[in-house]
Amino acid sequence: MGPGPGVACAVTLNSALTPEQQRRFQDPLVIQRLLRGARTVAVVGLSTDPQRASWFVASYLQNAGYRVIPVNPKAAEILGEKCYPDLASIPEPVDLVDVFRPASECLAVARQAVAARAKALWLQLRLVKIEAAELAAEAGLDVVVDRCVKMEHGRYHGGLHFAGMNTEIITARRSRRG
Amino acid sequence: MALRVVRSANDPRKFGFETRMVHAGHIPDAETGARAVPIYQTTSFVFDDAEQAAQLFELKQYGNIYSRISNPTTAVLEERLASLECATGALATASGMAAQLVTFLTLLVPGDEIVASSQLYGGSITQLVHTLKKFSIGVRFVDPTKQDEWEAAITPQTKALYGETIGNPRGAVLDIARVAALAASKGIPLIVDNTMATPALCRPIEHGATLVVHSATKFIGGHGTALGGVLLDSGKFDFSRYPSIAAPSPAYHDLRFFDTFGHYGFLMKARAETLRDTGACLSPFNAFLLIQGLETLSLRMERQSASALRVARHLEAHREVAWVAYAGLPSHPDHALAKKYLPGGAGAVFSFGIKAASGPEGRARGRKFIEGLQLFSHLANIGDVRSLVIHPASTTHQQLSDEELSRGGVSPELIRLSIGLENVEDLLWDLDQALLAL
Repeated sequence: MGPGPGVACAVTLNSALTPEQQRRFQDPLVIQRLLRGARTVAVVGLSTDPQRASWFVASYLQNAGYRVIPVNPKAAEILGEKCYPDLASIPEPVDLVDVFRPASECLAVARQAVAARAKALWLQLRLVKIEAAELAAEAGLDVVVDRCVKMEHGRYHGGLHFAGMNTEIITARRSRRG
Repeated sequence: MALRVVRSANDPRKFGFETRMVHAGHIPDAETGARAVPIYQTTSFVFDDAEQAAQLFELKQYGNIYSRISNPTTAVLEERLASLECATGALATASGMAAQLVTFLTLLVPGDEIVASSQLYGGSITQLVHTLKKFSIGVRFVDPTKQDEWEAAITPQTKALYGETIGNPRGAVLDIARVAALAASKGIPLIVDNTMATPALCRPIEHGATLVVHSATKFIGGHGTALGGVLLDSGKFDFSRYPSIAAPSPAYHDLRFFDTFGHYGFLMKARAETLRDTGACLSPFNAFLLIQGLETLSLRMERQSASALRVARHLEAHREVAWVAYAGLPSHPDHALAKKYLPGGAGAVFSFGIKAASGPEGRARGRKFIEGLQLFSHLANIGDVRSLVIHPASTTHQQLSDEELSRGGVSPELIRLSIGLENVEDLLWDLDQALLAL
């Protein structure tokens, strides 16, 4: 259950980005389109520890109906899915590349995402590497920086609201079903 | 004529305060489309299946389990207040005292200290001195107007600073930006009690406060019908080096709240651990009543503050009145701070003293004055739509000697008013006739 289509509220809280960068890499309409359209999400840096943020996000996404593909060179299987050492090894198309690696590795991951023809690159909350974002955006990918996929899904599907958080969504339109 | 800029339908808009006051936090649900906020008067929520139940308990999914932890009606109040205070999120509690206690118990561990304003609401001071002592948490009080006192009171054990936007009953105004800068330089959060101002008059987070607490019982509810409290987080404080929020929590399978939930870490811990364990939750029906009040907050605060200024001016000029302590008056020592932090009005609560009435005579004349009033309700609350009055020396503080009263800033002749929505001429008439009868 989430807000009706076309929600266009300014979502600006909790980001290290400048207003201009927020407009480019945190566009609420791009985020909503990605969450609606993506089916396969490669989680780069997914941990084997169930108490890490990456596990919280990946298990949430699985539960929300997304196919999660773990990218972790040190593990064989996470959350019941086969692990791959890098994006190039994944033998199927990837819609969204969600990154949980340090900023210093983001440029390399962005290049891999472009080479693997992924449709979108998403650098997680507090992970800011504008060069990586620029590189992916120039190659035609949708790019999100310094946001959490789970929080954004929760923002538009009611979950974040139930936790008492400020979704910044203001609308008089009725929620849509499902 | 100015050119009107035509915006595209998809241009994100930042909505104004009044719009958020009636809309934020509530989207009409898909099932019924109910426009008013429904009251979810239920203790518990059915799980989809065993797997979902387990994930909810592990905080790996969002959703409701039990109304002690979260409830859909309460969530509307929480998100709406978060929106109005420019906070990242909120947690509603059974009362303002509960909001304050949940904040402290989430942040502090035995051995920690808090530095607090001596001008806080009396109930807050009692909680800090006596109840926190039982948890081996220390408190040092400072004159909130003296920056050097704040600074001198901070020790390596100090884990938070605590002040109030407008002190009760003497109306001291906190220099939020200055104290917030001090807190930031020490790497500790500043907590501000914003009960007396409400977000309609002042938003402490915009001036650098980390956390905000409220007694929603007062102006937020506004009608004297429901108790409630709320704590809010700016989401801007770096808790990564603050052990109680960052370290693995033994109360939640070693979960690291800041690492896992980022800017929601403090609030998630406050909800999943402190509210769970103290049980100080808000009832959904009270949440509904507080939401009804919130929808007219700015209108009430504007009118009640304007009437309070009018009444304060009238009393200041009255021959039976010795003094008036209202930060909206130029005679108040914090008038300049009120102009900076409270440009829309200095609130609706203030105190004054009846002339030539010190010692026992002061207490007697204060009692006589209150008994002579016809419209002001004599009770121990503030923030109602009805005007309220209390004489602390003969009620809430009657066990204290004159010396103890003055140490707490409460002189024997002090009378506190909370101005409501009555016709202001009627209020002036009532005060005049009660003063005349002395």
